Amino acid sequence: MMDWEPMILTLKLALVTTALLLIISIPLAYWLAYTKSRIKPVTETLVSMPLILPPTVLGFYLLVAFSPANAFGNFLANWFGIKLIFSFGGLVVASVIYSLPFMVHPIQSGFANLSPAITEASYVLGKSRTTTLFKVLLPNIKPSLLTGIVLAFAHTIGEFGVVLMIGGNIPGRTKVASIAIYDEVESLNYGTANRYSLILFAITFIILLTVFLINGGYLKRFWK
Amino acid sequence: MIQISLEKKLKAANGNMQLHVDIEIEQGKLITLYGNSGAGKTSILRMIAGLLQADKGLIFVNQNTWFDSQKGICLKPQQRKIGFVFQDYALFPNMTVKENLVYALEKGQNKEIINELISIIELGDLQGRKPESLSGGQKQRVALARALVRKPEILMLDEPLSAIDIKMRNLLQDYILKVHKEFNLTTILVSHEIGEVIKMSDTIFVIDNGKIIKQGKPIEVFSNKKVSGKFQFSGEIIQIDKEDVIYIVTILIGVNIVKIVAVESEIQTMKVGDKVMVASKAFNPLLQKIN
Repeated sequence: MMDWEPMILTLKLALVTTALLLIISIPLAYWLAYTKSRIKPVTETLVSMPLILPPTVLGFYLLVAFSPANAFGNFLANWFGIKLIFSFGGLVVASVIYSLPFMVHPIQSGFANLSPAITEASYVLGKSRTTTLFKVLLPNIKPSLLTGIVLAFAHTIGEFGVVLMIGGNIPGRTKVASIAIYDEVESLNYGTANRYSLILFAITFIILLTVFLINGGYLKRFWK
Repeated sequence: MIQISLEKKLKAANGNMQLHVDIEIEQGKLITLYGNSGAGKTSILRMIAGLLQADKGLIFVNQNTWFDSQKGICLKPQQRKIGFVFQDYALFPNMTVKENLVYALEKGQNKEIINELISIIELGDLQGRKPESLSGGQKQRVALARALVRKPEILMLDEPLSAIDIKMRNLLQDYILKVHKEFNLTTILVSHEIGEVIKMSDTIFVIDNGKIIKQGKPIEVFSNKKVSGKFQFSGEIIQIDKEDVIYIVTILIGVNIVKIVAVESEIQTMKVGDKVMVASKAFNPLLQKIN
């Protein structure tokens, strides 16, 4: 009998993470695409680091930072009553950091590929930066937004190292699908591990296929 | 009345260039900034629009200060009432033609202007289409209409017709002249097309290397000698053929080709590609209606 809890937890984590990332990444990507600030290279490096850094390194530092034994974790626990290690909240924070480049990069390059003239045209028509962002820029980078959303979602589903470090393996709270698979293999339950794996395999395949179909214009051609 | 005095150091293709221009424009006139590419024409437009900040100078538009470097005033593009037609049109790809125009409306502005513009610039058939499905000339008309929605104090056109074939160009020139008169606009055109400049402008400023080197009425600027001709056209030499002792010069005037006889002494200073003026006053032209 397969336990569905890890699957549901995984999807919940991926959804919450993706939603938060979208909110954070649009202003961040906008800033990175248009700024001439000197700290841009440093910010870009920090955003990109999760691409290369072993997840365990990230997980380890987050674990240290969130631990109530240390200043930051202590501050969170005392002032807000938030405990981030071995909790769903902690997983969300870690996932947001870990998947940040997957959301920021497509959106940033989407902005950068737009002709600067359309932004200027909007300003000259008396429209503010915010109006321009929502009415002109974002609608014209829909494929980039979709790519960002899907990559961040899929990447969060596939997380393992960070989650293990900071969340552990608590059923219903931090035991996501990728951890459950590892757990089952450890217990030599290859059948269950296989079922989880197949589901993850199928989900990621379908998600990525959808992106390529939509961004490649195949669906539009089909409907016409 | 519009007074412009601008200074700016620009990075040009061959090193730095110091741009320094003083321009005065009367309300309701159409002026042209004429010159080779890289002369600084577009930068001047961008500074007037507020898309580029001058190092020093002033911009007064009908008693309002848009820019004054000494007083530290520099209005944002949003605060300057301008219509700007970009070289690559800059239509919003996510919106239809009509939505492009509607987007330009100010808060609370009467929507009637949209229909008025659609009928003047004859966009009726195109209003539901997206920019990607339009030809260059059609895009340019939409860009022109969009620039006029806010009823700007200055209309600026940055080489609006450079990418459009010659037939379409004539049509678009007429549209521009039509709205210029109809809306009593003050218009600044950037162009390097002599025929266009002569047809359209009241005054022309010839810009070279960031400075105004000549200004005045187009014909005066382009012809070195003053000619009081009955006929006066400007065109470009496209071919020079020798026939016995004379030469036949083929000249493109607008969309028409004419051949003119010249003697060797006249030819000596001319070559293919030169801009020339064709004038005549010693005969009576015949006027005949064609169908």
